[in-house]
Amino acid sequence: MDIEILSRIQFAFTISFHYIYPPLSIGLGLALVVFEGMYLRTRDKHYEQLTKFWIKIFALIFGIGVATGIVMEFEFGTNWAAYSRYVGDIFGSALAAEGVFAFALESTFLGVLLFGWNKVSPKVHFFSTVMVTLGSMFSAIWIVVANSWQQTPAGYKIVGQGLEARAEITDFWAMVFNPSSVDRIMHVWIGAFLSGTFLVLSVHAYYILKNRYVEQSKKAFGLVLIIATVAALSQLFTGHSSANGVAVNQPAKLASFEGHYDSLAVADMYLFGWVNDQKQQVTGVKIPKGLTFLLYQDFTTPVKGLNAFNKNDRPGQVNFVFQTYHIMIMIGMALIGLTLFALFLWWKNKLFDKRWLMAVFGFSVLLPQIANQVGWYTAEVGRQPWVVYGLLRTSDALSENVKAGQVLFSLILFTFIYLVLFILFIYLLNKKIQHGLDFATPETAVTQTNLTTP
Amino acid sequence: METFLNIDLGTWMFLVIGAVFSGYAILDGFDLGAGTVHLFLREEQSRRIALNAIGPVWDGNEVWLVIGGGTLFAGFPKVYATLLSAFYTPFILFLVLLILRAIAIEFRSKEPMRWWRKLWDTVYAISSTLVGFTLGVVLGNVVRGIAIDENMIFKGGLLDIFNPYALLTGLTVVTLFALHGSVYLVMKTKGSLSERLVHISKIAGMLFTICYLALSVATLVFVPHAAHEFFDNPLLFLIPVITLLLLLNERLLIVRGKYWLAFLTSALLTSLLLITIAIGLYPNILMSTISSANSLTIANSAASTKSLGIILTFVLIGAPLVLIYTLFLFKTFRGKVEIDEMSY
Repeated sequence: MDIEILSRIQFAFTISFHYIYPPLSIGLGLALVVFEGMYLRTRDKHYEQLTKFWIKIFALIFGIGVATGIVMEFEFGTNWAAYSRYVGDIFGSALAAEGVFAFALESTFLGVLLFGWNKVSPKVHFFSTVMVTLGSMFSAIWIVVANSWQQTPAGYKIVGQGLEARAEITDFWAMVFNPSSVDRIMHVWIGAFLSGTFLVLSVHAYYILKNRYVEQSKKAFGLVLIIATVAALSQLFTGHSSANGVAVNQPAKLASFEGHYDSLAVADMYLFGWVNDQKQQVTGVKIPKGLTFLLYQDFTTPVKGLNAFNKNDRPGQVNFVFQTYHIMIMIGMALIGLTLFALFLWWKNKLFDKRWLMAVFGFSVLLPQIANQVGWYTAEVGRQPWVVYGLLRTSDALSENVKAGQVLFSLILFTFIYLVLFILFIYLLNKKIQHGLDFATPETAVTQTNLTTP
Repeated sequence: METFLNIDLGTWMFLVIGAVFSGYAILDGFDLGAGTVHLFLREEQSRRIALNAIGPVWDGNEVWLVIGGGTLFAGFPKVYATLLSAFYTPFILFLVLLILRAIAIEFRSKEPMRWWRKLWDTVYAISSTLVGFTLGVVLGNVVRGIAIDENMIFKGGLLDIFNPYALLTGLTVVTLFALHGSVYLVMKTKGSLSERLVHISKIAGMLFTICYLALSVATLVFVPHAAHEFFDNPLLFLIPVITLLLLLNERLLIVRGKYWLAFLTSALLTSLLLITIAIGLYPNILMSTISSANSLTIANSAASTKSLGIILTFVLIGAPLVLIYTLFLFKTFRGKVEIDEMSY
C-alpha cells in the first residue's frame, strides 16, 4: 500500500478510537451536572449515589480521552508534516487555544471533581463539575473550529509559492467564525450529549432489568431521558442547518451525500440505496426531488451534481460517503423515535414495566456512537481529495521523509495498543457497573487504611 | 518583527515553549522516575504505595505535554513538522509507551494474582524508563543537530538518530528522572520504605552525576557548536558549576532528611539542564548538520507575527490558570500516601 493510504488509515483509526471518549465526557458531564444539581437541591441520597457512581465512570473515560488525545496532537507532525507547515499558523493557534484555555479549565477542576468530594464544600464541588463540563465543551469548540477551517477556510491569506506556500491568519475572528464553524459546533455538541446520555440510559436500563438500584435508576433514567429527547430532536435542526451550509460551501460533498451526478438538476433524496460510481447510478428507495425540497423548499431549484466538478476535484468514494451519511440519518431518526416513545410511556407511568424496551435501551448506547463515527466519516471523506478544501490536497500534505514501511509499523503498533486499551476500558467499565452504586462511607475507608498501611 | 519589552515575539515564544517543556520535564519527570525505580522496591505493599504516590497527579502532569505540543505547533510550525516527521519512529514509540504505561498503572492493582502484578509492574517500569530515554534521545539529537536539507526535510535514517551522543543524553535523562522520582517517593513515604528509597536516590544521584559529567565532556568535544555561546560568554559556565553544587547539596539534603528541599533541588536541576540546552541552541531551534543555512531558527520558522501575538496572549491568560491548578492539586494531596478505596 502507498504511504498516503496508510497514513489516512492510521489517522482515521486513531481519531475514530479517540472520538469514542471526548463526546462521552461531554454528555456524561451534562448528566453529572443534573444529578449533582438535583442532589444539592433535594439532598436526596439517591442523587448523591448517582453522582458518585458516574464520577468514577467519568474518570475512566476522561483518562482514556487524554491518553489517545496526545497521540492526535503529535500525529499531525509525524505523518502530515507538509500539512503542518501549511496550516500551522491557523490550525496551531486553535490547537494552542484548546490546550491553554479549555484543557486547562477542564484539568483545573477535574482534580476537584474526582478527588475532592470529601475535601471541598458541596457547592465548590458542584461548581467544579460545571466547569469541567464547560471546559470539555470549550475543547470541542476549538477542535471543531480547526476542522471547520479545513472545510471552509476563512480569515487567512496564502503566503509564498509552491512548496513554500502556507496560510497565515489575517483575521482571527473570521477564522474562528468561518462559514461552517457554528453549525458544526452545535452538531458535534449535541452528538456528544446523545453519546453521554445514552450511556447513562443504557446502564440504568440494565440495572432496572437486573433489579438492582431500581429506585435510583428510575430517577436517573427519567431525568436523562428528557435531555436525550431534546438532544435527539435538536439534532434534526443542526443537521439540516449543516447540510444547508455544505450545499453552499462544499457542493461536491453535498452531491456525494445523495449520489447526485447530473451537473445541474433537481435532486432526489434517498432513504437508502447503493451507488454505482462507474455507471453513475443509485439503486434504492427515494423521495423524488427530496433534496431540492430540503434545501430550497421547492421542487424546481437545480442542485450542482458531481459531474460539475473535475474528476480529481471531487470525492472518489461516493458510495462510502452516501452510506455513512444515510446511516447517520437513520440512527438520528431512530433516536428520535425511541426517545419520544419512551417519554410517552414515562408520562403514562408504564415505561419501566416494558422489559423489552429496557433491553433495547441497554444496547442503545451503541447508536449515538455509530452515528458520531459515520457522521465524521461523511464530513472527512466527503471533503476529499482536499485536506484543506480547495487549497491543499491530501496527497500534498504528507511527511516527505517518512516511508510507507514506517507507517505500516506504527499502524500495527497502534492497532495492538488500542486493542489492549479497549479491552481494559470494557473490563474496567464492566467492573464499575457490576460493583454498582454502593460506596464505603469516609469512616469505613479510614479504618481500611489503618488496616492496610504498614 | 514586533517586540514586547524589547524582546521580539519569536524569542518570547521560544522562551514560553522552553518553560512549558521545563514544566513538563519537572512534573512528568518525577512520575516517570518513580516508574524507573519501581522494580527496586521488593514488597507488594511498597510498590502499591509508590504507585499511589503518583496516582492523583501523573495524568495532570501530562497536560503539560499537551500544552507543549500545541504551543510548538502554533509558534514554530516548521520546527514541529520537521522534528516530528524526522523522529517518526521514536515519537510513535514514545506515544505508544505513554499509553502502555497508563494501561499498566490502571491494570496493576485490579487483580490479586502475583504473576499479574509482576507483569504490569514490569511493563510500568520499562515503559516509564523508555519514555524518559526516548525524550532524552530526541533532546540529544536536537542539541547535536540533524540532517535537514534546504526544504526543511530530514535526510537521515533511523540509525542516525541512535548515535552515541543521543544515547548518552537519553541515559542522562533517565538517571535524572530516577533521582527526581525517588526523592519524590521518599517525600511521600515513611518507615523502612522511605529508607530504602533514600538509598536508591543516592545511587541515582551518583549515576546522574557521572552521566552529566560525561555528557558535558562529550558536548565540549563532539558538539562544540552547542558550547560556543559559553565560550563567548564565560560567565555562563556558572550554570554547570551551579548544577554540580546543587547535586552535592541535594545529597546533603537527603542525608539530613530535608526531602521537600531535595525535591525542589532536583526540579531546579531539571530546568537548569534545559536552560543550558536552550542557551546552546539560541537563536537556532533545530540545527542542520548538512549546512547551517538549512537550520531552523527562531526567525525563519516562527509563525506570523499576528499568530504569535494571539498565542502569546493566550499563554499570558492561561499560564497562571495552569499554575494554580498544579499548585492546588499538590496542596490537596500533600503529605504521606494513604491507601483507601479510591486507590490503585
